Amino acid sequence: MVRRTLCACLSMALWSVSLLAQPGQEGFAPVTGAPASEQIPAAPLVISSYAFFLVLLFVYLWTIWRRIGKVEADMRNLERRQSDGGQRR
Amino acid sequence: MIKVALLVLRKDVAIEARSREIVYTTLFFAVSCVLVFSFAFVMEEGVPVEGAAAGILWIAVAFSGTLALGRTFERERYGETLRALLLTPGSRAAIYAGKLLGMVLLMLATEAVLTPMVAFLFHAPFFARPLQLVALLVLGTIGFASVGTLFAAMLVRTRTRDVLLPILLFPVTIPVMIAGVRGTAALLQSPPDEAVATLWIGLLTSFDTVFLVLALWTFEPLMTE
Amino acid sequence: MKKAFVPLVVLAAAIFAYAPVAINRAELESTMLLVQKIFYFHFATWMALTAAIAVCGVASVIYLFKGSPIADWYGVASAELVVIFGVFGLFSGSLWGRKAWGVWWQWDPRVTMATMLVLVFLGYLMVRKYGGPGSEKLAAAMGIFGAATAPFVYKSTDWWRNIHPPTSVVKTLGDKFPAAWDLVLYCSGAFLLLVVLLLAARVRLEALRAELDRLYLALED
Repeated sequence: MVRRTLCACLSMALWSVSLLAQPGQEGFAPVTGAPASEQIPAAPLVISSYAFFLVLLFVYLWTIWRRIGKVEADMRNLERRQSDGGQRR
Repeated sequence: MIKVALLVLRKDVAIEARSREIVYTTLFFAVSCVLVFSFAFVMEEGVPVEGAAAGILWIAVAFSGTLALGRTFERERYGETLRALLLTPGSRAAIYAGKLLGMVLLMLATEAVLTPMVAFLFHAPFFARPLQLVALLVLGTIGFASVGTLFAAMLVRTRTRDVLLPILLFPVTIPVMIAGVRGTAALLQSPPDEAVATLWIGLLTSFDTVFLVLALWTFEPLMTE
Repeated sequence: MKKAFVPLVVLAAAIFAYAPVAINRAELESTMLLVQKIFYFHFATWMALTAAIAVCGVASVIYLFKGSPIADWYGVASAELVVIFGVFGLFSGSLWGRKAWGVWWQWDPRVTMATMLVLVFLGYLMVRKYGGPGSEKLAAAMGIFGAATAPFVYKSTDWWRNIHPPTSVVKTLGDKFPAAWDLVLYCSGAFLLLVVLLLAARVRLEALRAELDRLYLALED
């Protein structure tokens, strides 16, 4: 416990060393002055970003739904087998 | 605890001294790695690509370290000695520490051979600031080996251990590699950028502390059935 | 939780249906104009990812030290969420970067470390799938290491020179660009609600699987 606390303090002290680092960029820094041929329209980027999110979300939800369906089908099978076995006895 | 760790280390060194199999194969692999890189990165006039030396050194260290980890624990698994070790009444963390020390020594030996070789092949002034370079290498090795020993030990009973070890190890050790490469690259500039190198050394120390504490903490529950 | 699930799903659907409308109506940022609007979901997804990593880290610790199977369910569910939100975060960041920085990808510290995080949790899922029996513990170790490196990823923009904006940008957003701040909170809240719902659904799957195993074992007796 003491050892771990000491280690934590040591890491904190060393992290503060890293604060001597160079500062990053402040704020949004856009590309300005690029020739018109280099510039690309932003709308397709924004739309594909949100569309990708929706696709990802629905694919994941669909996989969960499918797996739950399989497990529930297995459970129903099992229960049926159990009740059949019980009746036969 | 230190006694047990040193005993484990002595055992490993004694076994290794007899056949020297792991040391030689690791060294040979590391050297071949660097040679492949030198064929790939040195242009026709014999001038190497700018700034490749730092990355190449650390990649060779990482690859040969992974190989050595796999081989060391394969030997343990083959001899069933790991289970015997775990049955001893010492603390599990001491066993981990012993294996870690052995791995660090092996990797440092490899680096001792690799650094002059990379310096020579890539015309890189590695020895401009030897103390900082040694600090970077030692700290980076400790960071890499601490995670590597833990993962290799926990994978020893897994069927797909050879494939899984790099898959699990490389992402987790990316911070260590970044710090090592950037620090070394800073030292290779002319004049060597000591402030940046010191910064990366400090960061490496905090990574090492975090990884070591985590590894020591989780070794015991991971190794019990 | 069960009773609240369906109403919460309806609520989440409504929130997400309105979000594009709100984003469309939002003020354009002065320097980046339209492409900056990716930010609202980009930031929110990383918030969701942080929440998922926290859940995974805690669950992994509990599973490793206490052996609780429920903790394991939460661990695997949150690891899947980390990968999904992480992939979306990297993708949206890449699209934004294409316009703002001129490149699809840049190996600056924040992007590299974020990719590393996603890879660590991908490794979590792989070791569970291919590691054979007992791999839940190995995965828990991966989860712990991933969670431990997450603070470094967050701080990476403050410590090193980056092309990626530092953390101070969002912290001062309320003063500099107040029209965006409310929308940021809205989207982050939406994503956190999504995390809760997805976790619940996924944990339910694991619980059902455990029940199925129990039934199989009971049948064999």
